Amino acid sequence: MHGAATAGHREDGVTGPAPTPPAALLSIRALRVDLRAEGELRRVIHDVTLDVAEGESVGLVGESGSGKSMTARAVARLLPEGAVTGGEIVFDGEPVLTLRGAALRRFRRGGIATIFQDPAAHINPVRTIGDHLTEGLRLVRGVDAREAERRAAAMLGEVGIAGGERRLRQHPHELSGGMLQRVMIASVLLDEPRLILADEPTTALDVTTQSEVMALLSELSRERRLAMLYITHDLELAAGVCDRTAVMYAGAVMEVQRSAALNDGPLNPYTAALLAARPRVDARSDRLEAIAGRPRSAFEAPEGCVFADRCPHVEDACVAERQELRPLAGGLVRCRRAEELRGRLGHA
Amino acid sequence: MSGALPIERVIPPGAARRRLRGRDPLLAGCVVVIAALVLMALLAPLIAPHDPDASDILAANEGSSLSHPLGTDSVGRDILSRIIHGARLSLLGPALVVVAATVGGVAVALVTAWRGGRVDTVASRVLDILFAFPGLIFAILAVAMFGTGLVAPVIALSIAYLPYIARVIRSAAIRERALPYVEACQVAGMSPLRICWRHLLPNLLPYVAVQAAVSFGYALVDLSALSYLGLGVQPPSAEWGRMVADGQAAILNGNPEASLYAGMAIVVTVLAFNLLADRLVRRTAQ
Repeated sequence: MHGAATAGHREDGVTGPAPTPPAALLSIRALRVDLRAEGELRRVIHDVTLDVAEGESVGLVGESGSGKSMTARAVARLLPEGAVTGGEIVFDGEPVLTLRGAALRRFRRGGIATIFQDPAAHINPVRTIGDHLTEGLRLVRGVDAREAERRAAAMLGEVGIAGGERRLRQHPHELSGGMLQRVMIASVLLDEPRLILADEPTTALDVTTQSEVMALLSELSRERRLAMLYITHDLELAAGVCDRTAVMYAGAVMEVQRSAALNDGPLNPYTAALLAARPRVDARSDRLEAIAGRPRSAFEAPEGCVFADRCPHVEDACVAERQELRPLAGGLVRCRRAEELRGRLGHA
Repeated sequence: MSGALPIERVIPPGAARRRLRGRDPLLAGCVVVIAALVLMALLAPLIAPHDPDASDILAANEGSSLSHPLGTDSVGRDILSRIIHGARLSLLGPALVVVAATVGGVAVALVTAWRGGRVDTVASRVLDILFAFPGLIFAILAVAMFGTGLVAPVIALSIAYLPYIARVIRSAAIRERALPYVEACQVAGMSPLRICWRHLLPNLLPYVAVQAAVSFGYALVDLSALSYLGLGVQPPSAEWGRMVADGQAAILNGNPEASLYAGMAIVVTVLAFNLLADRLVRRTAQ
């Protein structure tokens, strides 16, 4: 969280050749995060390399504990106290990890906006929806109160909440979870950010509301050409909404591909295993495919390839050496055997 | 069941809120008593039947009569008028202590809760040291250094009460600061000052109100005690603690009115504030 805590520990030896698409708005390079737990440092992210171009939406998918939320928190500079980071995060040409004070606030106001998982918890309970929505406008843009209210009411209409004027007077507890998430989206759009960080925005909602909110979010961000880093554990949702999808495991990005290609041509055995574990709608089956073993956190991952101990295609050499993310077939993959396994990994 | 009835119709507006608040006669009683005391202090010259300082040695130590409902003291001053006028100094002192201690305490609490780490550790140790000084002794020390009157004890008690308020509010603020909405404010690029003032403080107000009410009672007792000891408000100014001391000699003569009624005024006021604090605590806990 504090620049001073991280500055001394930064490593500048950026590893892993990764092709940079032109005009990457957000560029994460070899990000490493250690959190302090009971006095010792524990690695939660060991190598995340990812780009989000202007106007592009990128899905970040992984199991619980894979480090996907931590990645988003690192970008928003919301890591817990005592966290040590390495690698770099560059937003619009500016290094993010060393920002502090007024510069950090400027970046947070104008650059990024975050949609959180639980909207009810992330909106101050004692203030009205109107206060919540207009605060940013009045604070950052100096819009006067009446104009800010008018814009807020109009924005509520755009996110599908009728009776905006009346809603502005209500408190968060008077609105449902789905409504509140729409309010959150409205407040993010009012901020006119360049990148939206959406951290499992629909996990706290029921399935029907989930799809409505998701459709809304992707439509509005596309309309405004906003870049989005969309974090979820739902592989299909990510593929449906995002241009590209990155798959994370044990604190490392395992594969990045165009969403359209991911489903039919996974490059990493882990992605393939995840795809195989989904319930199928076209065939009846009594058991779901499972990945052997249990998910690993970054700090307990094996020495070599992080997925080595659970991978059906593991070889001795996989266990021996750490793998780097490298380009393959228009995407990026972290697997020694990616070339030889290519084409054999699709679903069974 | 007809599904056409909109839900807003069924539940009258404000019903939920009213149920949440509930009715609390004791709380209402406290508020009424405190409001009456404050009015009494503000309107003292208008409602007091006599000049509080006018003595009539021929009418000394009289019992209650139509002209002097609570009787007169040993120099023939009207006790009711002195109690009414005494409310001014008796309430002003604690009010100043509460305002100063609350403003200072909340500021310390917010800074320590927000910054955490070393700032918190150092500030907490300083508060611990302040805890070691009993408020009354601190005030007596101040009087010894700066002379009698209201100013020195008020400043000393403000400093003595600050740690109590700071500590309670700090723990509430730490809990509040960990809530996700604070993070959402941060990531929206708001400055710490703004988040504390506009977001944290409104959520902490119930705790602040309780602490202020409790402190008021204690401050009134402490300041009255100082005046009683002759270290606070000086005669002939009307002040309840002072009146208890002045009336002491007459008690042995069988004329306890002056001390008794002044003492009762103190008890009623302190009780009202303490019960108010108690009801507010229950309310916040709900």
